[in-house]
Amino acid sequence: MTKALPSVSRPATPGFATFDERHHSLLIDGDGEPDFGTIQTSEDFLTLKRRVTRFILPATLLFLAWYVTFVLLSAYAADFMSTPLFGTVNVGLTMGFLQFVTTIIITMAYARYSKKRLDPQVEKVRALAETDEELA
Amino acid sequence: MTGANTAINLSVFGIFVLLTLYIVYRASTRNVSASDYYAAGSSFTGTQNGIALSGDFLSAASFLGISGAIAVNGYDGFLYSIGWVVAWLIGLMLIAERLRNTGRYTMGDVMAFRMRQRPVRAAAANATLVISIFYMIAQMAGAGGLMALLLDVHSKVGQAIIIAVVGIVMVLYVLVGGMKGTTWVQIIKAVLLLLSASLLTIFLIGKFGFDMSAMLERTTQKSPLGEAVLAPGVKYGATDLTKLDFLSLALALVLGTASLPHVLMRFYTVPNAREARKSVVWATWMMAIFYSCTLVIGFGAMALVGTDKITGAPGGENSAAPLLAFQVGGTVLLGIVCAVAFATILAVVAGLTLTASASFAHDVYANVIKHGEADPRDEVRVARVTAVCVGILAIVGGIAANGQNVAFLVALAFALAASANLPTLLYSMFWKRFNTRGTLWSIYGGLTSCVLLIVFSPAISGSKSSVFPDADFAYFPLSNPGIVSIPLSFLAGFLGTILSREPADPDKQSEMEVRGLTGIGSGLR
Repeated sequence: MTKALPSVSRPATPGFATFDERHHSLLIDGDGEPDFGTIQTSEDFLTLKRRVTRFILPATLLFLAWYVTFVLLSAYAADFMSTPLFGTVNVGLTMGFLQFVTTIIITMAYARYSKKRLDPQVEKVRALAETDEELA
Repeated sequence: MTGANTAINLSVFGIFVLLTLYIVYRASTRNVSASDYYAAGSSFTGTQNGIALSGDFLSAASFLGISGAIAVNGYDGFLYSIGWVVAWLIGLMLIAERLRNTGRYTMGDVMAFRMRQRPVRAAAANATLVISIFYMIAQMAGAGGLMALLLDVHSKVGQAIIIAVVGIVMVLYVLVGGMKGTTWVQIIKAVLLLLSASLLTIFLIGKFGFDMSAMLERTTQKSPLGEAVLAPGVKYGATDLTKLDFLSLALALVLGTASLPHVLMRFYTVPNAREARKSVVWATWMMAIFYSCTLVIGFGAMALVGTDKITGAPGGENSAAPLLAFQVGGTVLLGIVCAVAFATILAVVAGLTLTASASFAHDVYANVIKHGEADPRDEVRVARVTAVCVGILAIVGGIAANGQNVAFLVALAFALAASANLPTLLYSMFWKRFNTRGTLWSIYGGLTSCVLLIVFSPAISGSKSSVFPDADFAYFPLSNPGIVSIPLSFLAGFLGTILSREPADPDKQSEMEVRGLTGIGSGLR
């Protein structure tokens, strides 16, 4: 599994149209191991990476910022946080509960996004390296 | 405790222990290979593992400690639950899938993936062992307090015996059941815990006409703090220093959760990354519901039982939920709630024992000592022996720590995980140049700075609530080290990387990145 043999210069031609129909075999190295270097720079993989980043980066920054805001307000704006909102329920308790709500929303959004945009792309990339790599 | 029916309580426990041991025994028919012992043959579904994940995470500190902290400190107790729920987003988006795709059994698998194996694995095992044992001692100490409340065991010797029994049962789970058995214990326990917490919550809110505001109003009348109990600041608002302490705690909670070794290890029990993701989705739902419940239970305990009675009870803060159960449902409900809490301790400690033993056997024995050539059977044997040793250590530590506030001790384990593990994991997954020296610096930098800051903190010495109240070597003013040790570990990892002459292995980096995102090369489908 630690194959990292020459990779870049392998010819991309799949040969004659014989039994060798694996057009993707260009991303497999000599020992039938996936050629990770080439996969890493392939268009399909880069697309996957972009899609992952496009969701994860803003979502992570958003929830961390929202959480830190909540914590900072709790520590340094106690008066604001204790303003009653509904009856005795104050701003702080409501914001705390909203943290739960936003967490669930982001979680479900990510699950949905992965299913629609990431999983199919993962399949595409995997197809590049599909060989006999079935489970033993 | 007055009215506690020891016979009922003991029989509820007895039934739980026998039932789970039977299930563990049944589940363990083929528990010989390393993959079975460490990762249950990766045979669980995402849903099952998600429930088990919440079971592993919802410790006695969560149930007893958090509802107690809310019942005594009001708003400030609520912070723990928020951090712990929000934290799962890190697990979901940054860690779970990549970890499943790159590793096999332990955290060390991932950290050492593209580094020099032996030193990094040794470091990862050190971090795992320190964190797990810290966390475990907190759980064991909780068991002592719980029993004090339940069975009216006030003598330290009696409590020590109970802690020892807990330790022995959990080692049995691990030895007999391996990861599969332990996972089933987690699932059963998580379902019981969530059911009883939500029933108690519905009942409580019902008692106040389904009006949260009415319940809180009653709380402010009952609490000696009055209105202030609903506002931030009761526990952490006194001075600038306590506010900083609060920030530090909040940081450790949100960053530590998804890098606790026993949480990480759970992701290996599912067959692929999609199921790992599904696990976190399930776990997040379970946690959000559960911690919403503890909010109601905590304030409910304050409203119905009263803060004074709670702090005066054996077990202190931790007794809020059981006392409340007794108040609303008599001895039977008390018995059930206590049995669930007890089950929680058992299950969490079993998970920790398994993690610690896996890390020692797989990282230290198989890879450091045997250079990766160990016979898998020997490896599992070593893991079992380690489990027994860890069990003994946990019993001794638990007896020593008996009486400390559980949630506080747990918070320290989170700070350790956030300092030693999270920076290392993130760097190795997302930073191309990260190399062996960077890895070692960030693990050891985070671990040692965190441990040292704890040792010199007011939690250990210098104040009335310290472990050593008579000594004073508290040179570091905060009880929570996270705000210093987490950035320090990131910095150490960065400096170690740039100052090293040995560059990162680009081929391994390619492999890790591709494999982490897609699973290519992992044999997972």
